[in-house]
Amino acid sequence: MNSRDQILAAVKANQPELTLLPQLDSFFQGQETALIEKFTQVLTGIGGKVTVVADTTEIISLLKANYSLDQIRVISPLSTMQEIAINAIDNRHPHELQNVELAILPAHFAVAENGACWLSEAMLLDRVLPFITQHLILIVNKIDILPTMHHAYEKIGNEHYGYGTFIAGPSKTADIEQSLVLGAHGARSLWVFLI
Amino acid sequence: MKVALFIPCYVDQFYPQVAIATLELLENLGIDVTYPSSQTCCGQPMANSGFEHLTGGCNSLFVKNFSGFDYIVAPSGSCVLHIREHLHDENEPELAKHIAATTYELTSFLTDILKVDVLKSSFPHKVGMHQSCHGQRGLKLSQMTELNAPDFSKPGQLLNLVKDIELVELDRKDECCGFGGTFCVAEETVSVKMGKDRVKDHAKHHVEYITGVDLSCLMHMEGILNRQQSPIKIIHIAEILNGVKA
Amino acid sequence: MKILDHAERADIFNEDEKRVDWHDETLWWIRQKRDKSAHQIPEWENLRNAASAIKSNTLSNLHDYLLEFEKNALKNGIIIHWAVDAKEHNEIVHRLLKEKGINKMVKSKSMLTEECHLNEYLEQNGIEVIDSDLGERIVQLAKEPPSHIVLPCIHKKKEEIGELFHEHLGTPKGNADPQTLTEAARVHLRDTFLTRRAALTGVNFAVAETGEIVICTNEGNADMGAHLADIHIACMGIEKIIPKREHLSVFLRLLARSATGQPITTYSSHFAKPRDGKELHIILVDNGRTRQLGREEFRNSLKCIRCGACMNTCPVYRRSGGHSYHNAISGPIGAILAPNLDMKQYADLPFASTLCGSCSNVCPVKIDIHDQLYKWRQVLVKEGYATTAKEIAMKTMATTLSSPTLYKIAGKAARTTLKYAPLIINNKFNAWYLQREMPKVPKSSFGEWYKINRKNNE
Repeated sequence: MNSRDQILAAVKANQPELTLLPQLDSFFQGQETALIEKFTQVLTGIGGKVTVVADTTEIISLLKANYSLDQIRVISPLSTMQEIAINAIDNRHPHELQNVELAILPAHFAVAENGACWLSEAMLLDRVLPFITQHLILIVNKIDILPTMHHAYEKIGNEHYGYGTFIAGPSKTADIEQSLVLGAHGARSLWVFLI
Repeated sequence: MKVALFIPCYVDQFYPQVAIATLELLENLGIDVTYPSSQTCCGQPMANSGFEHLTGGCNSLFVKNFSGFDYIVAPSGSCVLHIREHLHDENEPELAKHIAATTYELTSFLTDILKVDVLKSSFPHKVGMHQSCHGQRGLKLSQMTELNAPDFSKPGQLLNLVKDIELVELDRKDECCGFGGTFCVAEETVSVKMGKDRVKDHAKHHVEYITGVDLSCLMHMEGILNRQQSPIKIIHIAEILNGVKA
Repeated sequence: MKILDHAERADIFNEDEKRVDWHDETLWWIRQKRDKSAHQIPEWENLRNAASAIKSNTLSNLHDYLLEFEKNALKNGIIIHWAVDAKEHNEIVHRLLKEKGINKMVKSKSMLTEECHLNEYLEQNGIEVIDSDLGERIVQLAKEPPSHIVLPCIHKKKEEIGELFHEHLGTPKGNADPQTLTEAARVHLRDTFLTRRAALTGVNFAVAETGEIVICTNEGNADMGAHLADIHIACMGIEKIIPKREHLSVFLRLLARSATGQPITTYSSHFAKPRDGKELHIILVDNGRTRQLGREEFRNSLKCIRCGACMNTCPVYRRSGGHSYHNAISGPIGAILAPNLDMKQYADLPFASTLCGSCSNVCPVKIDIHDQLYKWRQVLVKEGYATTAKEIAMKTMATTLSSPTLYKIAGKAARTTLKYAPLIINNKFNAWYLQREMPKVPKSSFGEWYKINRKNNE
């Protein structure tokens, strides 16, 4: 018997009588309604920055004011960001993204209870981009803030992505004596724009 | 109501005043209390050490001593928890089950069965309440800080009926003192360190007395306090509720 | 060579009491952050119930879920391997690397590989492994195992880390600033990520319904490694399966809040397919898990999602340190998992507890940890892992306590000895007396008092 069959046989022999899965319906009830406020409060609390803007023009001008955009490499798949960012990369060599300073990415939706934004492969240009960039900008529609993770997975449904990730705040570590340091291996900062 | 008094072995031998206070407290509440004189121990010291299979003798003795009562009451959360969870008797399985279910720790017997809401005692001192784990987390005598659930405390409810008592709030409301049965000698270093830290929390809040529902924890902390020559004293909750004789 | 047991290692840890205080307070602070976070969620206890029930269902139907996961993962282009034990797991990793001619690998946190001692195995076979989680990198440089599953170097002072980094990464001598040290690690490990063709990661959850795996980190190291490598090897115990994608909502709400008090980890990455032209391998490991599944009293330990909350709350762990458990997984959960791997080697661990029960209360999947500790004690004694001295003492105690007459004689003898010849008891061979006074001897036992004062009842 090969290892696979051996393990499966042992599992079958040892697993207990079938028990039922719980209902998750109750978790959708009685949740937060002031979603923008909650999202902003939570994400700010974990080191992110949130700004509500009227349109993409406002994002561009805010980014111009905060970064020397002409001196750094800025990548974005968004056509609305063409003025300040490049939207083409060479996927065969994600390593060459190592000098990206700013990545501007769209998120499908955000979650108020934990400040997380959901991104999937189709909108990333490359999987490593949101991690390898020094600073990460995410753009989410105000109406796409969901109360909890239950709503989040309801929205994701059975979408077929190759890769998807929740990002909540900048990369961080507290491994040295529990002192919080932002900018471990991923992006040093996260700025979320709510349109 | 016929109540049997179950006095843990080490209380019988080293803290008779606590057993007396328990007896008097119940008698003063009009209860018909009997102390079956052939009782020894619930068997917990062996069971917690992994020798539950050696507790058969203790179990049948317990069943023999404590049958024929409406309730069995003990001034200890730990021993009661052991009886509730582990008492069994191959010859008398149903009787053992009944005895286990009607065995009560003193404070919960007072609040849940007797529904005591008045006490005559007075204790004009600053007191820290030690939450013994088996009483608190095992018998659910009071709410546990880990859970997101409403606060309550059966011993606290009773202490609040005592006149002039001042209860302090500790930094760590329900951390274990480190007694842990044979743990106290098998893991002497950690046991003592845990006890020292508990005592320090009480001292920081300037208590005169540390009280609780379990003398095992209090005995352990008393040993540390006395070695440190601390003025802080331990006192079992039964003594406070019964009114300490001057 | 005798392996030091928990109590002996705790003695060593306690030689520096100030350090014990520091360790205790740091972990207690994390426990408090967990409380604060959990208490903000009104439905917290229901979430724990749901998580526990999902895991119960998983364990009760694990055979079919494993098949479903395999089928869906294969459909997604993932390559699946099965390993019955640590040895086979290590050999699979080695073979995959050898086939690609790779001799350097970057690794993110995986407690399973600690359990399998993968790093040592690969190093013996000429493969360099660099741990990329900052805490794990620190203990790797110090040539120590992690002392905590979530906070691998929680036992280390920043000055010691500064020293290590000075020696290995060339940071200025005497610099112990966490910001500076983290930056140095970032630079050093970025170079590692960019130059490694193989990345190994752990797995937090594997979804049967979709064939995807979810990996949670705060640092982003799992993603950095996996997305830059030609081959991503993900190692998981077979109990990491969950039935459906929607169940992730329950677990992701509980995991980080229980672990550190964060609302969620910074990154919760879902890997469903390999990158174009690259490989994603998943190794499903048994290594004793099916045996534990068959132990009715202990199978719930397989529900563990490795949050570490039981360690942070454990009053013993906080004062004995993670290394005192001499097992890849320390603390209360380690103490109920380890005897399944080797009863003899880990016979001491279920006794390294006061059975206070705090661990079971913080556990997000409601494992009855302290009850299992009690049950392991019974099993270990029955299997003959108690010392002869202890066995004799317990038998004597049982005989004495089963007889009211013997009990009364022994009680009186003990009290008499303590009163008139205290040195027989109060000496250095009495572990109680080392740092504690014995209780004062009363005039009589309660039994004796009762006989005189309540004559009518006799």
